[in-house]
Amino acid sequence: MRAGTSFKHPHLPAILAEPPADGLFFEVHAENYMGAGGPPHRMLTTLRERHALSLHGVCMSIGAPGLLDPRHLARFRDLVLRYQPALVSEHLAWSSHGGTFFNDLLPLPYTRATLERVCEHIDQVQEAIQRPLLLENPATYVAFASSTMGEAEFIRAVARRTGCGLLLDLNNVFVSAANHGYSAAGYLDAFPLEQVGEIHLAGHSEQRDDEGAPLLIDSHDRAVAPPVWDLYRSVIDRIGPVPTLIEWDSDLPDWPTLRAQAQAACRVMQQEAHHATC
Amino acid sequence: MQPAEYSAAFAPGLTCPRYPAPADVAAHRGKGVVQRYNVYRNNVTVSLIHALADIYPAVQRITGAEFFRAMARFHLRATPPTSPLLFDYGRDFPAFIAAYEYAQALPWLADVARIERAWLDAYHAADRPALGAGALAAVDPALLADLRFEPHPAARIVRSRYPAVAIFTQHKTEGAAPPPQSHGAEDALISRPGMDVIVSRLPAGGAAFLGNLLAGAPLGTAAAAAFDEAPSFDLSANLAGMVSAGVLTALQPGD
Repeated sequence: MRAGTSFKHPHLPAILAEPPADGLFFEVHAENYMGAGGPPHRMLTTLRERHALSLHGVCMSIGAPGLLDPRHLARFRDLVLRYQPALVSEHLAWSSHGGTFFNDLLPLPYTRATLERVCEHIDQVQEAIQRPLLLENPATYVAFASSTMGEAEFIRAVARRTGCGLLLDLNNVFVSAANHGYSAAGYLDAFPLEQVGEIHLAGHSEQRDDEGAPLLIDSHDRAVAPPVWDLYRSVIDRIGPVPTLIEWDSDLPDWPTLRAQAQAACRVMQQEAHHATC
Repeated sequence: MQPAEYSAAFAPGLTCPRYPAPADVAAHRGKGVVQRYNVYRNNVTVSLIHALADIYPAVQRITGAEFFRAMARFHLRATPPTSPLLFDYGRDFPAFIAAYEYAQALPWLADVARIERAWLDAYHAADRPALGAGALAAVDPALLADLRFEPHPAARIVRSRYPAVAIFTQHKTEGAAPPPQSHGAEDALISRPGMDVIVSRLPAGGAAFLGNLLAGAPLGTAAAAAFDEAPSFDLSANLAGMVSAGVLTALQPGD
């Protein structure tokens, strides 16, 4: 598997009308397939017969201080068993607190205490699914005064202690670096690139912060931005080809437009890594 | 700081715009955090409005997007989701609509919402083969009255004092053809006989009949309830209708 896209149901007829492209894979949000049956499972089963899958959890709340929801963990495990995805990932973030689900990837301070808790949660997930999880770096809009370490340092420690792999979201790196005034290249220098098992690319939008300066939003609603492609080329040049996924979740384009973004990632891998096929 | 404190400090303001940004939240070079924290507030609110709009597309087409967003915002702030499975969200929304001051001019809107909620439940319901047409014919006529059925997991009934099925059908998809005019009460049957969820209008007595069967009552009791409610109830037509709609999965012969 080389490059892929988010799987969106309206694209299924167009995907099935094409001969299955070599190395094309699809990523789904796990929560969308946690219903008992019906069309979602039928569509995913059809897709799985032709393509490798990446199962991407959005709501595990690995970054929450509280316990993981054992029912949610069991549902996640059941999907891994049922669809045998090539990649399984989740976020360094939290989304539930005090019985409320906020449907957003919320940030956490990076401290000894949160490191401890995140590692416990990842151990628990990996024990349940019996395989390594890929942990994704977040896009963030705020920092915490109580943080005692940088994000790349935190993620390096998590990977070392839990043995998890990493999902490097380069749009998130670009967005967070711009929002917090640090260099994306510097972040990547500190990031344990040798642990990266998947790369995400996506589009972002722009708002304004309190001072009127740009505040980048991880919006997944447009094509990948040129500076994110630059980061991607630099990473592939350093670590070689890695399964790469184009995330596009709203203002969906037609299938050929989305597929073209994945093909562009393939070309980068061919050029930078002198790889024969894609 | 103990790990428990950050989410407890961060969470309350997400659904309550009067709250300030949490004290521990910061930005580089002493920048302000109001707009930054607002990104999260906005993500939560907008994504949950979208979640409700995805569950209730006909309600949104009827009210218009602006009205719907305002109504959904009130609802999600009062009743945020408790489960990460958003297709389970919004179960209280029909009751909220029924009590919503600004929706009182649309008294049937809550019933359209109930049909949409049932539609999504049917969409995600477990896969089970529906009872075939031949199954009933094979039963000894003397045993029919005691016959019970296993309901299909997708089958739902929504009863309305309004023409809710017609209004739902007209607004389910963009530009749908208006259904035949109806001004009276309508009972909806929501089921999934094959690949797709269907919503059909039940004939007189049909809701009492199927409601009893879905609740596990024997055929004789269900038919009696249907005749009580509607003397014109047509048993054989309703039996054929329930088989073709895939409402039941298996026979449970009486003792």
